[in-house]
This record gives sequence, C-alpha cells and structure tokens, in this order.
Amino acid sequence: MYTFDYKRPNDTAKAAELLKIEDDGAIMSGGMTLLPTMKQKLAAPSALIDITAIADLQGIDRVSDDTLRIKACTTHANVAASDEVRLFCVALAKLANGIGDPAVRHRGTIGGSVANNDPAADYPAAVMALGRTVITQNRQIAASDFFVGMFETALDEGEILTAIDFARPTRAGYGKFPNPASRYAMAGVMIAQFADNDIRVAVTGAGNDGVFRWTALEEALANEWGIASIDAAAIDEATLLSDMHGAADYRGALIRAMAKEALQAAG
Amino acid sequence: MRELGVGKPVRRVEDDQLIRGFGNYTDDDVPNAAAFMHVVRSPHAAAKIAGVNSTEARAKSGVLAVLTADDLEHMNIQPIGSKVPYARAGGEPYLATPYLPLARGQVAYPGDAVAIVIAESPGIAADAAELVEVDYELTDFVTDVRAATAESALRVWSDHPDNVCFAADCGDADACAEAFDKADRIVEATYEISRIATVSMEPRVATGSFDRRSGRYTLRAGLQMPHETGRDIAGALGISPHDVHVISPDVGGGFGMKLALYQEYILVLIASRITSRPVRWMSTRSESFQSDQQARDNVSKVALALDAHGQFLALRVKTLANLGAYVGQWSLHVPGGNVGGLAGPYTIGAFDVSVTGVLTNSVPVGPFRGAGRPEASYCIERIVDEAARQMNIDPAELRRRNLVQPDAMPYDTGLVFTYDSGDFPAILDKTLAASDWDGFAARREASERAGKLRGRGMAFVIESAGGPAPRAFDEHVELRFDTSGVCSVMAGSHSHGQGHETVYRQLAAEHLGMPFDQVRVIYGDTQAVTHGRGSFGSRTMMAGGAAFIGAAQKIVEKGRKFAAHFMEVDAAEITFEEGIFSHAASNKSMTMSEVAQSSYIPFILAEDMEVGLWASCASSGGGITFPNACHISEVEIDPATGTTAVASYTVTEDVGNVVNPLLLEGQIQGGVAQGLGQALMERIVVDPDSGQQLTGSLLDYALPRADHINRIEVHSHPVPTALNPMGSKGAGEAGCVGALPAVSNAVCDALAREGAPMPDMPFSPERVWRALSQANAKRQSA
Repeated sequence: MYTFDYKRPNDTAKAAELLKIEDDGAIMSGGMTLLPTMKQKLAAPSALIDITAIADLQGIDRVSDDTLRIKACTTHANVAASDEVRLFCVALAKLANGIGDPAVRHRGTIGGSVANNDPAADYPAAVMALGRTVITQNRQIAASDFFVGMFETALDEGEILTAIDFARPTRAGYGKFPNPASRYAMAGVMIAQFADNDIRVAVTGAGNDGVFRWTALEEALANEWGIASIDAAAIDEATLLSDMHGAADYRGALIRAMAKEALQAAG
Repeated sequence: MRELGVGKPVRRVEDDQLIRGFGNYTDDDVPNAAAFMHVVRSPHAAAKIAGVNSTEARAKSGVLAVLTADDLEHMNIQPIGSKVPYARAGGEPYLATPYLPLARGQVAYPGDAVAIVIAESPGIAADAAELVEVDYELTDFVTDVRAATAESALRVWSDHPDNVCFAADCGDADACAEAFDKADRIVEATYEISRIATVSMEPRVATGSFDRRSGRYTLRAGLQMPHETGRDIAGALGISPHDVHVISPDVGGGFGMKLALYQEYILVLIASRITSRPVRWMSTRSESFQSDQQARDNVSKVALALDAHGQFLALRVKTLANLGAYVGQWSLHVPGGNVGGLAGPYTIGAFDVSVTGVLTNSVPVGPFRGAGRPEASYCIERIVDEAARQMNIDPAELRRRNLVQPDAMPYDTGLVFTYDSGDFPAILDKTLAASDWDGFAARREASERAGKLRGRGMAFVIESAGGPAPRAFDEHVELRFDTSGVCSVMAGSHSHGQGHETVYRQLAAEHLGMPFDQVRVIYGDTQAVTHGRGSFGSRTMMAGGAAFIGAAQKIVEKGRKFAAHFMEVDAAEITFEEGIFSHAASNKSMTMSEVAQSSYIPFILAEDMEVGLWASCASSGGGITFPNACHISEVEIDPATGTTAVASYTVTEDVGNVVNPLLLEGQIQGGVAQGLGQALMERIVVDPDSGQQLTGSLLDYALPRADHINRIEVHSHPVPTALNPMGSKGAGEAGCVGALPAVSNAVCDALAREGAPMPDMPFSPERVWRALSQANAKRQSA
C-alpha cells in the first residue's frame, strides 16, 4: 500500500470539495473493494475521502408507499436486517444478506457497491431490476441509465452517489450462484414484477459487459409467468463471460437455473 | 490418572489458549529493533536476468540493504537439494537445480526470488522493492508436465539434457505383462491429479538474528522439523550446526508444506548479519501462492488386469509427476516414495509401476498431507470402481474378493511394502453397515424425487506411516523433573496443530502417573531439546510415543532407587502404580513428584547417587506401519448447476491403538475436509499462454468451507501393531488419503448412472454440469 492522506468529512458538500482539491482523491465508503486494491498496489489515490461519517448518507427511508430510499453508506448488514426493507421487498434484503461474508456485510455499503459496478457484484442486479433513481449530490439519474459497462457508471467525475430509490414490486425474487472461491455471483438473477405489469429481469455476474436486462425472459414472463418461460427464453451466449470458473455456455445454464430460483422465491 | 491416560477422549489443552489469542506464533514475538525483508520476485515464468539495478532502491530513505545473487556469491552458499537420492533411468543422479537463496542469471517460475530489500518497515521495503530494476530477457517456458517430456520440449535448465529429473521403476514388468496377456478383462484410464496449494492459516514467517558476540544465528520460523532445518542451514552456509539455533513456536498449520528448507529462512539470517539487525519476513497470502511449495500435480496412466471372477491379476501405473522448477528437499520423495500405496489392501499378482519426475516452469512442489499416498490410493481406487462398473459387480463385493486376509499377515504386497497387521474384511463390513450400503437405492430414489442425482463412492485405502520404507525414523524424548517436582517433556517432535501438548500429558499420566498440571511439554527449540526429527508422515505417536515410553521406564527405575533410599526399604519390594512408589510391608509411599523433589537435595542422597531425576530415549523406531481405512461417501448433484454436495461420509479406521479418540476424530475429519476439497474444488490454474498462475488468491482458488462439509462419521477398528511399543499406526494423513478417491468415486458413480463421461478432478460444478450436458446431448441424438 502506498502512503495516502485520510479525510473524514461530515457533510457531502465538504466531501465533494475535498474531491475537487485533491490531485487524485478517492471516495471511500466501506472500502471493501478499494482497500484490497490499494493493498495490492493496484490503486494509489493521493487521499481517501471517507464518507461514512456523513449523517445524511446513512439510513433507510420509506419516502412514499411505493418508493424506498436507501442512503449510500448503509451497510449490507443493515439492509439485510431492516424491517423496512423486508416489508418493502424481501428479495432485496435477501440479496444483501448473501453478499460476501459477515465481515464484508458489516463494512461494505450499497453506495460503494453500486458506484463501483463490479460485474460480479449483487447490488447492480437489484438496482437494474428494482431501482427507480440513483441520486447524487447534483442530480437524479434514472436507474436504467446508470450502468454503462463493466466498472463504469453514469457518475461524472467528482459526483458522489448519495442514495438509491427503489420501486416497490408486487413480487420479486433473487437467485444467486456464488463463485465457490470468492462467493461473488457467477450468475445472479433478480426478477421483479410491478403493479403496472412491468416485468424486469436483471442478471449480474454473467455478462461480459456487466449487469444486463434479460429482455427475452421479461417478454416471455409477461406472456406466461412460469418456469416454462425460462426454459424457452433465448440467451445470447456471445454476450456472456467466459473465465476459468465457467465458460459462457455454463454461465447461460446458471442464469436459467438462478432465474428459476428467483421465480420460485418471487412466488 | 487413569481417566486422563491413553485411550481417553481428553479435550485438547491447547485450544483454550489458542482460541483466546494467547498463542505464541513466530511473528508474535519480534525483537524491537527488527527490520523487514521484502522479496523481489520474478513476474515471469522464464527469463534471463541481464542485470539488476538497485541504486534507486538503496538510496530510498529507510532502506538498509538490497541484496542480489551477486552480493551473495562470495559466501559460497550451497544450493538446496533433494534429501532423498533418486536417479535417472540410466542410473545417474537426479537432475539437480540451482536452488540458491536468490536466482542467478535466470528465473524459472513466476515467484522466483531475485533480490531482497531490507528496510525499516514492511511498507518501505515494499515500496523500495518496486525501485529494484531487474532487466529480464524473456525466454520460452513450459508448464505442462506432458509438454515438458516431449522430445522437442525446451529445457527448464539449459545445462540439463532434458526435463526428466528422475525416473523410478518398481514391480516386475515381465510378470505384469504376462498377467495382462492372460487377463479376461483389462480396465484402463488416465487420471489427472490436480495441483493444489496448502493455504496454511499462518503463512510462512521467519525472523533471523545474528549475534555478533557469539557468532551464532537464531532462526525463528514456523517449521515442522526445526533440528533438521537448523542442520541444513548450517550445511548451506558452511558453518557448524551448533551455530544455528532454531525456534519453531506455535505454527498455524504445516501439512508437509513447512517441512522443507526455503530460501527465505537462509535470507533472513544473512540479512541480519549484513545489517546488524534482526530481520523479519512474513509472506502475504498472495506471496504464499507464489512461493509455498505446491503439491500433487500428477498424470497417471492406470491399467488393471482381472480374471473373469474379478480377481486382480496385475496393475500397471505410469505416472508423470510435475516437480516445478526447482527440486525441493522432499519434492522427489512425494511421487517416488509412496508408490507402495498403489497395492491397496489387495492381493495383486504383479505390478509394473514407473514414476517420472519432470521439471517445469512452475512453483516447486513438496509434500502435502498424504504426500503421494492420496495420489496412489486415487489411482487404485478409481480403477477398482471402474472395473466394478464394467464387470457389473458391486464395488464392495469386488474389493472383498481381493482383500488381503488377516491370517495372511505379514503380507508382502510385491510392491515395496510388507503389511504387518490389519483386518480388512472386518473394516469393510463395519463400514458397509455403518453407512447402510444396502439402503442406497432408496436414498437415491428420494434424491431423484427432489430433482437431484445421487452417487455412492467407496475407497479402501492403506498407507505407510513413519517411513520412509522400510525403517521408521527415530524420535527423541527427554523427561526432566525440576526441583518443584514438575516434569518437562522435551520432545523432538513438533506440534503444529496436532495436539501433542495433550497427548504427551496423557502419556505422562499413563506411564508416570503425573497430573496434567504437573507436566510441561517443550518442543520446537533446538537449544532446549537436544535432538529431534520433527513431525511428518503420521509418525509422532509411533516414534515420539515409543521414545516417551523408553524414557519413562528409565525414570521409573531411577525413581524406584531414589524412593528405596528415601523410604529406607529394598528397591525390589517397591511397586509403582498411578504415580506412587509404595512399599507394602512398611506402608510407606512417595509420589513421583516427591521423589523428584527429594532427588535434588544432595545431603539426603547416598554418595553414589547423581542429583536430579531425568532420562532420555531416542527410539530407533521399529518398522513402518500401515494405517488403513474404508471410506464411503454419498453425494447429491444438482444437475441444473452441477453442484455436488456431500450427503454422507463414513470412515472406519485402523490406526492401531488410539491414544485419544477425540483427537483421532479431529485428525480424520480435517483430513477428509482437505481431501474432499481437492476432489470437488481445489486446483491451481496456470495460464498456458503466459505461464502465470491464474489462481493467485482466495478470490480464485476455492477452498472448502464449513458449509461444504456434512457430518463425517468416524469409527475405529484398532488392530494394534507389534512394531512399536505404542501399538499405534499413525493417523495424521489417513483422512486425506481416503477422501480424495472416496468423494471422486461417488461423483463418478452418479455420472456413470447418467451415462456421462468422467472429467478429471476437481469435480467442479462446471465440469460436472458439462459431463451431464454431454450425456444429455448424446441421449437426444440417439
């Protein structure tokens, strides 16, 4: 690890200002990706700007009957244990409860995970399927526009993710096949149906360009909500990740298997 | 003391302290002035070193020294070599490698040590290491063991004629060929045994100190054989073994990986002398994937010849063993020294066995729990299951027809080993009953109703313990009472998790009648313990236990003489029981501790009596022993994802007399966990295009976790050996030896029932899914 300055501002404006002043500052929330990367000397920010002391970035609010706001620095453990989240969408709590291990869940945060957009992280599937809006200190970004590609998001330089608004599904389920080594998703599928009969299926861990919508399954489920639709829906294996843990065709099979789990969980 | 004696399920005395963080591991006790060593490692699989420029690194503030091979040249350090003398096919010695503390002129694997930086802190050392400019000229490399034996293969070391480091043949090739000619059935297969990493919880760590006043070195490091390592370091440096003091305190897991002398242990000592500072080194987890010896990595072609009744007529096994780039101290012993295990518990008419050890541009290999035994057992047990399938015979029945009978002992297998004892049919029956072998069909149907496939696998394994064959290594124990009457057990064995502090106390309770709190167990310090071999090869209860008994007998005899003098009675009339010397006629008695305390009061002793109570014994050991076991595993496979779950696991062990059944169960369960880990998920993966290890961290190298392991049911069926006074056979490696084939056979059984091809280990979800997909495709096209 290289030497760096450490700042811990207590409001978002101050954090943004520090980010502007620093040559090469990095926003840190839980640090579950950034710190290991720095330990490996693969990242060398001049300063870490720790945003976890900012009160406005903590907590979970039911802002309306069909909108839940989770602030950026809320840990996975807090999301998993939240009655508010469970009442709103139990699949979201379940997803949070399956991230990493207990140590990671008590340090890692939703904002950090979503802003990083790791192609094997769980939260991007939740944001793509259930997310309404990603909120920063400057603006609101439609969730559907947020993920741009592997480790890339719509966040501008200097922009700090402050909260995510989720839309309430009438039913939703998440199925995850964890990598046996890392327990990141090799395929994670979130299926959600909303009151207007909009159906979203988001897949993480398996795409070669990060999280994606499996639109063929969305259409099939709109016609018929059932396992048969999962068997019939086409997957373009050319868009799937191939690595030593699983070739694209295997990931295709995992997506189907996890979609079935998700559908079963959704009820 | 009987409730704490031999055979009792006494809880480990170590655990409370270790779990509460009161352990004393190498890096828990670092001298205040210690500097830190960082090893600059090759990022390339193979390259010439055209030059190393460390000017900038040396100039960095806080850097004490930067050393390269050139800086060490004048010291004339001897390279590390094999401790066992293997030969090439023509009889000339094995191909030695330039395994020096730092690579000279050439690097041969990614991770090869090129330079060291000594600095005031780990951070400064790591930063300065990046300033060391190594001018690498990349060369071609070979990492695959088959490619490395091709005629046109490039050589890992250009001064070698080829990459074949050694070749060993055993058995009788002609007799074997004859048996194959007349066989009714020949079953053949090729098995790849994956390369794995040990991943000890405590990584390798070392602190070196050079004392100018005495001119002596002290190495503090997690080692399995501290005395031997001290002697070897002295040999490498060309100094007296007396001048190397080795301390190996608590060690967080060895498993064979910490047996060998590694470069870093020599380097911290040299660095300490050069910088006049104690020097510490601790590998990171990433560094341990690069620099800890890895294990297994064999390709074996196996053929079994049978008659029409399923009698085993002959076995042919040709193994290519990947040794990595350098020959470590025990690297050749692993594939070469345990081929006897191929005979299994069976009568097999003839053998034709050859092992070819091959150098490649990969991390050097070494022993890992079983060290050749799981590999051998895997080959015979997989092929026996294959034969059972092809001949449509129940795999338990096929084994039964070929088991060595108890009345045939001692039994010369015809392949290295002569088994001294064992009751294989009884162990088979006991395991079949305990696992409800006959109830499998119903369980399979239940699994199928739940959408799962179920498979059942058996392995009946036998291994050598305490070796190498034919003679067991000695061990040394000194028993020393102090003036308070407390007994110190100074053991040459080394406990790195096995629980020796508990079992030596049990032996003291049994043989000296000493309560646990009146016994100290001391090991891992070459200055405190005069002589020792260390712990490896499942040997400590056999060899250390025998030495303990020998020393304890001397203590009792010495104590009896003291007691007779103190009680003023005839020594011949004194009995010793439960720690008390008694004289019935006079109704006098003294405890062992009282006798020991009195023995230190010179003016009450007779003139010809030596002050103090102590004795030592080096057991020269008897023959090696043969622990054996039947393992039965059932697995459930989710066909949608290929995931295998171990549904049940049953073992019946014969490890001879059991000192502590709780510790035995723990040893077996831990071994099974490591064996099923390799069978289902562990594999070091090297990128063929770059030679780089792709599994360089626990993000990519899959280890089993608690939720992968179901209940492991352990039964004991001791058949004591007469080869050592303990009657024990060794238990440390047994679980791992059996689990590798048992779990693999269970997965293959499930796959075979689906008509699926059998992939190689590990039977990872993707490989199992792919095999099932191929079977589906075949079914659909038919």
